[in-house]
Amino acid sequence: MSFEPLGENRFIVPIGPQHPALKEPGHFEFVVDGEIVTGASVRLGYVHRGIEKGAEDRTWIQNLYLMERICGICSHIHATAFVQGVEKLAGVEAPPRARAIREVFAELERIHSHMLWLGVAAHEGGFDALFMYSWRDREVVMDMLEMLSGNRVHYSANLIGGVKYDLNPEMMDKIRDGLNYLEERLAHYLDVVNHDETFIGRTRGIGTMTREQAQLLGAVGPTARASNFAFDVRVDAPYAAYAEFPVEMVVAQEGDLHARFVVRILETMESIRVLRRIFDNLPESELVTRVPRRIPAGETISRVEAPRGELFYFIASSGGEKPERVKVRTPSLCNWGTVITLAVGHKLADMPMILAGIDPCFSCNDRLVMVKRNHQDPQVWTWADLRNYGIEYYR
Amino acid sequence: MGLEVSKPWQQALDKIRTWARVNSPWAIHFNSGSCNGCDIEILATLTPRYDVERFGIKLQGSPRHADVLICTGPVSLQAKDRLLRIYWQMPEPKFVIAVGSCGLSGGVFHGCYNIVKGIDEVLPVDVFVPGCPPRPEAIIYGVAVLLEALKSGKRPERTMTVELPAGFEKPQAEVRQ
Ligand code: SF4
Repeated sequence: MSFEPLGENRFIVPIGPQHPALKEPGHFEFVVDGEIVTGASVRLGYVHRGIEKGAEDRTWIQNLYLMERICGICSHIHATAFVQGVEKLAGVEAPPRARAIREVFAELERIHSHMLWLGVAAHEGGFDALFMYSWRDREVVMDMLEMLSGNRVHYSANLIGGVKYDLNPEMMDKIRDGLNYLEERLAHYLDVVNHDETFIGRTRGIGTMTREQAQLLGAVGPTARASNFAFDVRVDAPYAAYAEFPVEMVVAQEGDLHARFVVRILETMESIRVLRRIFDNLPESELVTRVPRRIPAGETISRVEAPRGELFYFIASSGGEKPERVKVRTPSLCNWGTVITLAVGHKLADMPMILAGIDPCFSCNDRLVMVKRNHQDPQVWTWADLRNYGIEYYR
Repeated sequence: MGLEVSKPWQQALDKIRTWARVNSPWAIHFNSGSCNGCDIEILATLTPRYDVERFGIKLQGSPRHADVLICTGPVSLQAKDRLLRIYWQMPEPKFVIAVGSCGLSGGVFHGCYNIVKGIDEVLPVDVFVPGCPPRPEAIIYGVAVLLEALKSGKRPERTMTVELPAGFEKPQAEVRQ
């Protein structure tokens, strides 16, 4: 995504990397003609830490915790994708109860992530009351997660071969109560989103993306589903316990910002429904199976549906205690292309909401991509090479 | 600090300044490479459950208005320059709170090739808040500790020299404390 050479009468509005609205650093440049945006570009990379390379230096167990910390919002789902891959390599399967509990955490996480997004997106549009309300209600989910795992953000529920935490009937009752409350609140938010005049004025017909565009630009997750592009890993390729406790896919036709709000709220309600179903029929079994310490050599892929879309892991093992390669493809990065395209033709004032519409999250999409260099061996970078490169590059 | 004790009005003025600062510190938040777990907890402190605004703490957009820099993450090499820029843009006196294990030592990312391992390698940090991520209560406590220290007139000693980011000119007239 490069910056085009400038013509005579163009004006560039730079935003970031430190900016008041988003909580993470990213740099945007909008080319404007009066009020109207005629071009946009994004520069990422401020939170590139070198996790994929770092993973090669840690054992399988240590990596579990590293992968979790790729993102604070989707932490459980990253770990799930990783352990599923490792379990596949080791040829074991987590017991049914463990898989159901993984789904419980994943859906709770989706609720917390979507409510967080609802608040942030509303804040970008200037609806601070909605921001405060949705974050207040989000605390209910945070309490549930804390009750289950003892931590609010990084729950670390996964182990290779199972999960750490069990559910007991009292916990389930408490969570059910919380879910009832949340469902009521979400119905209210849906009402606000659908009927509030100002809200509709700012979202309907803004940033519209057709199904073809979504496909072409590689959009994933709720962003794509709001454009009538029905694709959800939970439905298309069930993992964890999604085969026993399926979810219904939520799609919308319009493809505008409004549709993205509606899809995410409805998805949250669907999560609540599936959670209730799991609690009613939680299978009985142990929580972990034995897994060898050395993972057999091989390669595998693992796909899961993160709150923001399809999350993809490629894991290669050479039979040792450490992985040989872990490659992560995260949904936010796939969705960036849509923002750059959709921005064109809209008012500058709509930019924050269009940006927020894809639920952007930077911590997982800052990579090092090497296209050309003057080293001899084009394939292999040693640790020292990378480190030096990093230091030189950013000097 | 350049306190001129002989002038009583100067002292009175300083008192008023400290009073204002302690009662309503404005903070700026910067993510220097964190996993955003800490950032959502910082945001959570602003929302109704914790609501730090009732203590007068306000999150501010511009570094030029801020007293306190709340910083998260292990400082990636690319964010370092920005972090320094923000630090230099803040008016004196300024304070830094490092939130999260990453900000303390690099945390889980310790040993990754693109980080400098902790905020205190780059900036003089006044308060460290440990945890991965720290609870919102812990973050509020961190701010309270800082305010307590300010109130009693104690200021941490600054021995560290902070690098100037490339292309940045040192502010000429340092505002006196
Ligand atoms: S301390 Fe933990 S939660 Fe905070 S940024 Fe680092 S990894 Fe994320």
